[in-house]
This record gives sequence, C-alpha cells and structure tokens, in this order.
Amino acid sequence: MSQTTPVTGSGSDAAGHAEKQGSVALYIWIGAILAVLTFVEVAVYLIDAFEAVEVPILIILSTVKLFLVVMYFMHLKMDHRALTWLFLSGVVLAVFMVSALVVLYHVLPRFA
Amino acid sequence: MAQAVAASAHDAHDPHATNTGVSNFKLGFWVFLASECLFFGTLISTYMVYKGSALEGPYPAELFDIIKTTISTTVLLFSSLAMVLALHYVHEARKNLAILWLFAVIAMGGTFLVMEYFSYIKYIGYGLTIGSSTFGSSYFVLTGTHKAHVAVGMIWMAILAWRLHKGKIPPSKSDQVEVAGLYWHFVDIIWIVIFTLVYLIP
Amino acid sequence: MSTATIEQAHAGHGAHTEPTGLWSWITTVDHKRIAIMYFLAATFFFFVGGVEALLIRIQLWNPEQAIFSAELYNQLFTMHGTTMVFLVAMPMAVAFFNYVVPLQIGARDVAFPRLNALSFWIFLFGGIYINLGWFIGAAPHASWVGYATLTSTAYSPGLNTDFWFIGLSIIGIASIAGGVNFITTIVNMRAPGMKMMRMPLFTWMTFVTSFLLITAIPVIAVALIFLGFDRTFGTVFFDPSMGGDPVLWQHLFWIFGHPEVYILILPSFGVISDIIPTFSKKPLFGYPIVVYAGILIGFIGWGVWSHHMFTTGLGPIADSFFVAATMIIAIPTGVKIFNWIATMWGGTIRFTTAMLFCIGLLAVFTVGGLSGIMHAAAPITLQQHDSYFVVAHFHYVIVGGAMMGLWAGLYYWFPKVTGRLLNETLGKWHFWTTMVGFNLTFFPMHFSGLYGMPRRIYTYSADLNVDLFNQLATIGAFIFGISALIMVWNLWHSARKGDTAGANPWEAATLEWSIPSPPHHYNFPELPVIRSREPLWNDGEREEVLAVTMLEPETEPVMPVPSYWPILLALSITVAWGLVMTGIWWVIVLGILPVFFCTLMWAFEPAFPEGH
Repeated sequence: MSQTTPVTGSGSDAAGHAEKQGSVALYIWIGAILAVLTFVEVAVYLIDAFEAVEVPILIILSTVKLFLVVMYFMHLKMDHRALTWLFLSGVVLAVFMVSALVVLYHVLPRFA
Repeated sequence: MAQAVAASAHDAHDPHATNTGVSNFKLGFWVFLASECLFFGTLISTYMVYKGSALEGPYPAELFDIIKTTISTTVLLFSSLAMVLALHYVHEARKNLAILWLFAVIAMGGTFLVMEYFSYIKYIGYGLTIGSSTFGSSYFVLTGTHKAHVAVGMIWMAILAWRLHKGKIPPSKSDQVEVAGLYWHFVDIIWIVIFTLVYLIP
Repeated sequence: MSTATIEQAHAGHGAHTEPTGLWSWITTVDHKRIAIMYFLAATFFFFVGGVEALLIRIQLWNPEQAIFSAELYNQLFTMHGTTMVFLVAMPMAVAFFNYVVPLQIGARDVAFPRLNALSFWIFLFGGIYINLGWFIGAAPHASWVGYATLTSTAYSPGLNTDFWFIGLSIIGIASIAGGVNFITTIVNMRAPGMKMMRMPLFTWMTFVTSFLLITAIPVIAVALIFLGFDRTFGTVFFDPSMGGDPVLWQHLFWIFGHPEVYILILPSFGVISDIIPTFSKKPLFGYPIVVYAGILIGFIGWGVWSHHMFTTGLGPIADSFFVAATMIIAIPTGVKIFNWIATMWGGTIRFTTAMLFCIGLLAVFTVGGLSGIMHAAAPITLQQHDSYFVVAHFHYVIVGGAMMGLWAGLYYWFPKVTGRLLNETLGKWHFWTTMVGFNLTFFPMHFSGLYGMPRRIYTYSADLNVDLFNQLATIGAFIFGISALIMVWNLWHSARKGDTAGANPWEAATLEWSIPSPPHHYNFPELPVIRSREPLWNDGEREEVLAVTMLEPETEPVMPVPSYWPILLALSITVAWGLVMTGIWWVIVLGILPVFFCTLMWAFEPAFPEGH
C-alpha cells in the first residue's frame, strides 16, 4: 500500500532486520511440525481407543497449531506487543462467544 | 502517512513515523483480523449450535471423507509455508524467488479449492444442499465463506506477483507482501479451527 | 450554508487556499471535512427519524384510532428506530471522532484518510438505500431488531425486509472500517510524549468504542447474511420447520446489540469527560478510574446480551448469569457519574450551554440507568418486556445520555470547527426546550408501560386508561421537535454571524485548543511535545506547545491528495449489495466486478502527490 511508502526502512522491520527475520530452516521446521500435528489429530480421530479424551486433545492440538502459525508465520512473537494485544482482543471475544453459545445450546438443560 | 510526512518536513524531534514503529497498514490489518475473528466466530458458533440437530440427512458422518480433507488441510498448511518463504525472498530482494513462492501459494490454494469443490459436488449428490437442513445451511455458508476468502487471497497474491515482477515492491515496501501474508495465514488458521470443529469433533 | 463560511474562514489562512465547491467535498480525504459531512448527514437523518416519531405520536394520541394503517405504523416505528440508531447516533458520534481525535492527539489526519472517506460514502449510500423502500411503500417494517420469523419470506413477503438487511450490511462495512481507522490512529499517531494515559478522555472513549465496533458489527453482519440467505437463497437458519431456531437470531442480534448500546453511549461519556473539567476549571477527578471504568464497561458489555431475551425461556441458570452481569455493569457506570460530580465539586462552574447539556445528561441518564437496573432483574422484565416501560428506559439513556452528550460536544467544538461561537441565548432555549420536551415525552411512558401498554402496535385499548400519558407524550414530542428546530437555526445563524472565537474560547486544557479556529488543513505545523494531561493548563508546557502549534510555517506540510475513488467504490459496493435483492446469482456476480475494479484503483492510488 502506498501508505507504507513514507515509513522509511523496510516496512515494519527496519531495525534489527536480520535477527527478527526467521530463517528458512525455521519456517520449514514449523511447517513440518504443523503437518505432523495434523496427522496426530487425524490419528486421534480414527483410533477408537482415544474416544473418551478425543475432544480435549483435538482442541489442544489445534490450539497449538494456531499458536505456531500466529507466532511464527505471522511473526507475532517477534513483533511489537501492541499487535498481540490488538489481535488477542478479537480472539478472546470470539472464543467467548463460541463457548457461550455452545453452553447455552448444548450444555444447559433446555426448557423451551 | 500524514504523520510520516511530518518527519520529513520540520519536526526535528519526531524521528519515528509511528508510535509503535509498526506501519499503520500492518497495525490496522491486525485490527481488521481481530474483527475477522468475530466474523468467523459467528459462523462457527452457528455451526456448533446446530451441530447434531439436523432434522434430516444426509448427516456429517455419512459424508465426510477425513482422509481427503486431511490432505486438503495439509495442502493449505503448506501454502502458509510457501507464503512465509515468499515474504522472506521479498525481504532479500530476490524477486524471482518471491514470485515463484507466491505462485506456489496460489497453486496450493487453488488445489485446496478444487479438492473442496469436488467434495461439495459429492455432498450435493448425496442430497445435502444449502437448504436441505440446518447442517446444510450452516456447513455451506461457513465453509463457503472460507473458500471465498481463499479465492480473494489468491487474487491478491496474483496482483502482488505482478507488482513484484514490475519492480514495484522493493524490501522497503515489504509490508505489502507481509500484510497479504497475514491475511493468508489467518485464512489458514480459520481452516485449522474449522477442520477440528466441523470434521474431527463428533 | 455553513460550508461556505468554513471555506471562507479557511481561505484567510496562509498560502494554501482551501478548495471550494462540491467536487472538493466529494473527493475530500480530510478528516475535518469528512466529519462535517457526517454531521450534516446525521442531522438530516435526525429530522427524518424525528418526523417518523411525530407521526407515531400523532397516531397514539387517542386509543383505538387508525390515522395510519397498522402496516404503515410498523414501517414508521421500524424506520424511526433503525434511522435513529444507525443513521443518527452512530454517525454523529463518528463526526466527532473524525474532527476531534486527530486534533487531540496531535496528528495531521487519521491513519487511513481514503478509507475514512470510503466509510462516509458507504454510510451515506447505505442510509439512502434503507430509506428507498419508502418510495415504493415498502419500507422495512419488522422493527429495528428484525426478529425471526417475522422477517422470513413467509411473514414478510415483500421487499421491506430486503431493504433492511441489505442496507444495514452495507452500513456495517463503514463502521468496521471506521473502527480500524481510529484504533490505528490512536495507537500509532500520537504526538511525542502523548502517552496513552495522557490522552484526553474523549479520545480514550473513541478507542474503546472502536474496539466495540470492530468486534460487535461482524456478528450482526453474519446474522444479516443468514437472514438474507434465508430470504434469498433458501437456507434454513431461522426456519423452525426445518430445525432452525428463531431464538438464534435473537442471540446473534443482541450479541451485537448490547455492545452497540455501549457504542452509542461511550462517545458521549467521553465528550462530557472533556467538557466538565473545562467548565469547572478543574482536571477530571480520577482520570485513570474513568478510563478503566470505560474499558470495563466495554468488556463486560459483551457478557450481558441475553438480558434482552429474558422472556424467551433460556432457563434459570442462563438467566441468572445475565442478571448478574447486567447488575455488575452498573458499577463502572456509576463510578463515572461520581467522578464527574467530584470534578465539579469545588470547581468554578461556568453554565455555558455545553455545560448545561452535560449536567442534564448526568440527571437524565441516571434516571435511564435506574430503569435499566430494574430491568436487570429477570422477574421484573417478565412484566416490563415489550411494554412502554422499556421504551422509556432506552430513550432516557440514548436521547438523554448519548444525544445530549453529543449536543454538549456540538456547543463545545463548534467554535473550533467554524471559528465562531454558537449563540448562547439560542443555546439555552435549545437546552431547556429539549429538557422539557424530552422529559414530557418519555417520563409518562414509565407509567403507560407499567399499566400494560404494549409497544410496537399501532394502537392501544381504551380500557388501559393510558390516554393521558400518551397525550402528554405527544405534546412533549412536539416540544422536542421545536428544540431541534432551534438547534438548526442556531447552527445556521451562528455559522454565518456568530461571535468570533479564538483558538481557545473556553480556556480549555487539551491539544485541539492550541491551534487556530478553524485549523489549517494540516492541523499542526509541527508536532508539539506533550508532558501532561492538561498541556494548556500547565505553565511552561503551555508556552512550549503554543510556540510550536501557532506557527505559520514557510512550507506547509504535504497532505494526502483528494480522490474520487472512495465515492465510486462506495457506490459500486452499494449497487452490488443491492443487486442481491434480485436473487439472480449471475446478476450478483456481475455486480461484484465494478467493486473489484474500484477496489484496485482505490487501494493502489498513491496517497500523496508525486515525489512525497
């Protein structure tokens, strides 16, 4: 965007460019971990032995994947804290909303 | 930005263009992503509300092919990797590699869409339509919105690839690609959530 | 028109002559001009909604009369509510955000000026779109909350609800864009030394409100998509015969709707938090507490939505949770009221019109808050729901709270915008007719509501014996209408012939008063360094700031260039969405092409002139 033009330096990462930039190797590692986690999720889904703990495990695994993508691919870990707070506000509210509606519809006894 | 212009005009005591050091574009986009969390959150909430209560079939268990969906999910995950690499090469001013990896993003996004398109065809063949049940409505609108986001992302990447080719994106303007990357990764994250909640969780 | 006067005032400054003429306004990306346009549009819609209200009050003068048909009456109250919330209160607050926030934080514009312009035009076209139904006798008619299944094609077969859901979705885009813009501006573009905890309270409340906007509007956007798809493409989200739950609409609507009412009130709380200290000659009492209370209200406001749904049978556990949360949210609100009173305590009060509106707000909003706390108890709501008691409550908080705060802001900041003071005599007439008219209209409704008069119905039974209350309300409404006319007359008259105001007619403390009235188009020649919350009240700091802000620079800072892409993009978005009404998919897809084209042109157009 042309708005970024006057912000001199390389976009947001002017100073400390080198250390803030992840290496290619790091990214490939993260990618591999994500793929592995996906396969683990599917395994948990398919293997009946896990059925009792299936839901919590799946939620934890996806949360980890989400965390990895946000922190490393989206660079949030290395960026200014403000970005984390700004994004987190949306995530927290969204999680709250999904949970609240699930509780209202599936956990609480229905009277209507 | 207006503020940044100040830095070049008279303000000896204003070396930073922005308070955080992050460009307005990038910061604003993270704010937008926060709102997108709520947008998809509502779609997901609705799916979860109606989960398990469709009045008539076909039902998820009959339709979903987890293996195929795992493959398409993994393709999308790797497209995020491609995106990060594309950005990396933009930072290094190696524009041809950057363009290559952007094409990879587009290709993988396209593969995802094509695979999902075929599953849609299959489901419709089984009788699941947008209006056949609450499952049909919530499933198609949720995943359809996601796919529309993927499609928009692919167009965005194509435009960026073109601009890179024309030399309009030097490392100093890498924010343009970084922000597109944020969008793409976000769309990937949403799919991670959808994959778990829609396909995996009973 | 005030437009011409402002331009003349601007023309007196420095080398740059502010462009005049309609085209310069259509293509402007200047936050100050955009603010003025928002204000004028909101005022126009205020009269539209006001006429709708007066027609309602005429209908309700006597029981069992039908001057208007039931269907027309439904359209009147639906459009009154929709207009007042989305086309008046919100855009008027945005007008203030736009004009004042950059000036208060020492910025030359908002973060995304072209997005800002786009927001305005989208709002305007969306607002016009919703009202188009009037021209074919098919204005929206299912109330501003649009409950399913009343809004389904089965029960609303005509185009009425289509105008509603399409128009509102269009407007939603403007709000989200605005929220992103203001958050970015406030986080990223403050003058050196302006830490977050030194920002004026109005800017703080703008910040919190913007968060509420970007998080709440997407929820209703999706709900409207569901509704639209149900109506146009045959989905079954709210269709009970296919397993859909109409109550889900209520959940989604109110998950948006409750933060929405905080979106309505927080800006006004911010306004009076700046005005009361000025006219008490005392800094705001407990500044950090007022900030945290505002943040807390915004946050807790996300957890109370089902207090609008106590009669839907959610069950005692759910009800109890929402009762508790609703009662808790009264605490930070009450804290703010005590802080404002404490600010005035021991101060030197000047009873300007702006201050009168602030004090009026404190009194009137408290009444509204009290009836609100009554509603917080679910068993009481079972009797009050859908009665005029509720109508009384929300008018007290929205009109007595939100609108009076904005009118205070009008009298306070008008001099900064135009370089002239609003007439104080007319102002006091405005204030008192507002107080009399407003209270006469809405106080009786507490009684008619408790006596059982239902809302949203075109007439009422004579047996209820609420005729007197209705007649008082109708008289009050007309007096209130007169107050609006007085306001407009004051605006018109003062913009042309009002007393000249200098840079700081009120001897206020915050940064917007350190620059000329009206400001240069670039606001600040150089950015001052801020060292406290009240820069203009602290000796030493005041002189340093003014030395910088009142400069006439030899070379003026370069500002973003005007553009016609915002208006074109807004138009293409409106048309594209409007085509959804046809229900023909390829028509809709065709409509998207201009949007795509305009988006590219708008996005990639350089913001600054060549070489900058």
